[in-house]
Amino acid sequence: MRSVMSGGDMDRALRRIAHEIVERNRGADDLVIVGIRTRGVPLAERLMDLLEEIEGSSVASGVLDIGMYRDDLDSRPRTVLGPTEVPIIDGKTIVLVDDVLYTGRTIRAALDALADLGRAAVVQLAVIVDRGHRELPIRADFVGKNLPTARAEHVTVRVAETDGEDGVWIDEPTPQEQGSAA
Amino acid sequence: MKHLLTMEGVDRATLTSLLDDADEFYEVMHRPIPKVPALRGKTVATMFFEPSTRTKMSFERAAKSLSADTLSFSPGTSSLKKGESLKDTVLTVKAMGADLMVVRHTSTGAAWRVAEWAGVPVVNGGDGAHQHPTQALLDSLTLRQHFGGLDGLRVAIVGDIRHSRVARSDVWAFTTLGAEVTLVAPPTLLPPDLVGWPVAVSSDFDDVLSEVDAVYVLRVQAERGGASVFPSVAEYRQRYGMTNARFNTLKPDTIVMHPGPMIRGIEIDGGVAVDPRCKVLEQVTNGVAVRMAVLFQLLGGSKDV
Amino acid sequence: MSEFTLRNAVVVGRDGVLPGRNDVAVADGVIVDVGSDIAAPGESVDCEGAWVGPGFVDLHTHLREPGQEWKEDIETGSRAAALGGYTAVVAMPNTEPATDAGHLARYVADRGAQVGLVEVVPGGTITAGRAGIKLAHLDDLWSAGVTLFTDDGDSVADAGLLRRAMEYLAERDGVVAQHCIDAGLAAGGQMHEGAVSSRLGMAGVPRAAEEIVIARDLSLVRLTGVRYHVQHVSTAGAMDLVAAAKAEGLRVTAEVTPHHLLFDHSYVEQINPLYKMMPPLREPSDLEALREGLRTGAIDVVATDHAPHADHEKDHPWEEAPFGVTGVEWAAAVTNTVVELDAERFFAVMSTKPAEIADLDGQGVLEVGAAANLVVFDPLAKANTTRTASRSTNSPYLGRDLNGAVRHTIFKGEFTVRDGSVDNLVGAPE
Repeated sequence: MRSVMSGGDMDRALRRIAHEIVERNRGADDLVIVGIRTRGVPLAERLMDLLEEIEGSSVASGVLDIGMYRDDLDSRPRTVLGPTEVPIIDGKTIVLVDDVLYTGRTIRAALDALADLGRAAVVQLAVIVDRGHRELPIRADFVGKNLPTARAEHVTVRVAETDGEDGVWIDEPTPQEQGSAA
Repeated sequence: MKHLLTMEGVDRATLTSLLDDADEFYEVMHRPIPKVPALRGKTVATMFFEPSTRTKMSFERAAKSLSADTLSFSPGTSSLKKGESLKDTVLTVKAMGADLMVVRHTSTGAAWRVAEWAGVPVVNGGDGAHQHPTQALLDSLTLRQHFGGLDGLRVAIVGDIRHSRVARSDVWAFTTLGAEVTLVAPPTLLPPDLVGWPVAVSSDFDDVLSEVDAVYVLRVQAERGGASVFPSVAEYRQRYGMTNARFNTLKPDTIVMHPGPMIRGIEIDGGVAVDPRCKVLEQVTNGVAVRMAVLFQLLGGSKDV
Repeated sequence: MSEFTLRNAVVVGRDGVLPGRNDVAVADGVIVDVGSDIAAPGESVDCEGAWVGPGFVDLHTHLREPGQEWKEDIETGSRAAALGGYTAVVAMPNTEPATDAGHLARYVADRGAQVGLVEVVPGGTITAGRAGIKLAHLDDLWSAGVTLFTDDGDSVADAGLLRRAMEYLAERDGVVAQHCIDAGLAAGGQMHEGAVSSRLGMAGVPRAAEEIVIARDLSLVRLTGVRYHVQHVSTAGAMDLVAAAKAEGLRVTAEVTPHHLLFDHSYVEQINPLYKMMPPLREPSDLEALREGLRTGAIDVVATDHAPHADHEKDHPWEEAPFGVTGVEWAAAVTNTVVELDAERFFAVMSTKPAEIADLDGQGVLEVGAAANLVVFDPLAKANTTRTASRSTNSPYLGRDLNGAVRHTIFKGEFTVRDGSVDNLVGAPE
């Protein structure tokens, strides 16, 4: 396992993203920061704290579970659902937060889920890592680090709230996985 | 989980996971657009060989809220009238592309037989007087919503236990989730041998009433020969009816449940039926939520990876 | 006609097991010599120490002909019976039409003789059309060779009517055989009433449904003096009633089926209609009592209640499937597997006693001069449960591990089964 972002790197990236969000949206008044389960949730909370620190006012936030919106339910082990708790989004600017942007399918599901909850004015996307290999026309608005990877590699993001430490690692693929990837 | 056939022997973790998912679907049901795409492209067949309106509607509502398509089979209009066997019916419906079958049948074990033949997940929508697992799930969800959990809850189930698949399902689900269950019925409406049932038994309803957190009133099943298992409806109401007078002797936070349809004036008085502590309509809503959870777990991501 | 000698066998003759290994010589359909190392012309068949005794006799076989040939007919049923080691079976009269008159009984006997694999002895009904309203043509049946009368499938509920049948048949010394189930107590019943039926939510058949009919009938036996036979005893209490009646001196006998010896009601939990029969599978304590009763003589015979049903009839949910299972091919193996019987008692319950109850000449006896109706049964070999010759496959024994195999069956001096294989079945028209 090779480290590609330290805890400090992650912290700096989040701070930068917070500033970019404020700059892009000219403040944080109509923002709702929505974390995608599971690791997007603590990351969204940290962003919210940072935004409140920068703006000096409270920022709305929410949690989105996309289990019911996946397009690959058949090929996964059983999907455990979690609560979705999102405030009213009509007319708001939504910043979706997730740890890794990869194929784009998670974000597609999150957009569908959001659409069922109301009509947001704008939806933006913030991620810690963009590792490429998109399968859908989706891009992130705010990126902590662009990380070129091979498909067979695993990118692991850990956050202190759930994993005890912050950081991003790349797993070398096992020979078996290399075989199936080839 | 490959099929949902019974509540007997289902462990606490499985029940809890279904109820947890049901909580999420309960939230979906209360959205402006109460529908998610989870089972898009899947087809759920409801095969009710016994007349039923509400359970069938509930399953179809659940399937549609998950974006599944539904196929509906009713014996009155089918080739069953022409003598087709259950096995042929099952194979026919499967050949039409059903991904899951919900089966209700008057015969004990019908859903097990269908599961042998179908090659797709099967949900038991009620087999004879044996099992009705989704009813037990919705009842458990209702108790959990109201009390926060079932651990230590005291529940009395009163009425025709002998012919009740609801009772046979609830007993296992409630006790597995930590509740204490007392069955209340005259001897002719109790199963002849309760060895191995995790329950207490009483024939004195009034004696039990003041101690329980929930009273589960079963329907008097006139169509199962009610007339010959107790002397008269009046006598039954006198001893086992949830009358207004009995309702007033309950603890103030005790709730009343009923699987529906209610026969007011026999097992339950009109005043009780409309009291806010009577949770019949919540049970109906929860029925859709738990059935969504069951369909989701059986059809969405149940693959062993 | 064949001449052959069964050699090197444990031989069970009229007076019990002959000491050591012995031979049985057959010529022209008759046993011509019994002894050790006898000199006889013809083929020698080495039995390698297996038991040789009189061919099995079944008092309770449903051959389904006439009227329900999609389940079984006299040919397929005879073939199955031969494979089971039988040389005689009593055909139950609940056919369509029911065997309630002489010409119908003659038809069954004649078809059996035509097939020629076992002696098919027609049973006759007690009441016309098995309807329980008026007597069947009892004299007519008697003159057609019927000795055992039963409305099997139903009890004769009307005690007055049954009394008249008993009086009538007592004069002839016929046997009244009763399927003992009280229709009221068993109403809607699907299985034994007990802990399993309670959990499964199925209407039960209490033991009392059986015992109440036996108790009533025994009063009528006292009144009429008729020979009375209790079919398929399933409860310990029923057996006790029979034992007490015997002790009292009444001419009462009883049979037990292989399934009531092997399975208890817990098998019903599979909710597979292969375990659906009437009377139902009871509790372990009943099984224990029945096995012990078969050892001690409280129960006289094993009878199969071989009841074929087609797949399309059994492929239903439990409550819509018919009662009954097949078993004539494995009754001896089941008995040998679950009840420890010596060779003498084994042949008594499988052959000698049932032949005596049904008054069958030339059956149930191994002695010089008797008809050569014989079976070679190896109690140590595994039964072949991979195939059935019955037209129906509703057998809970298929695929089961059972001890005891029928090697050869000899009917009227000819092999009907050789080496236990259906392929080698002699005389079986394809």
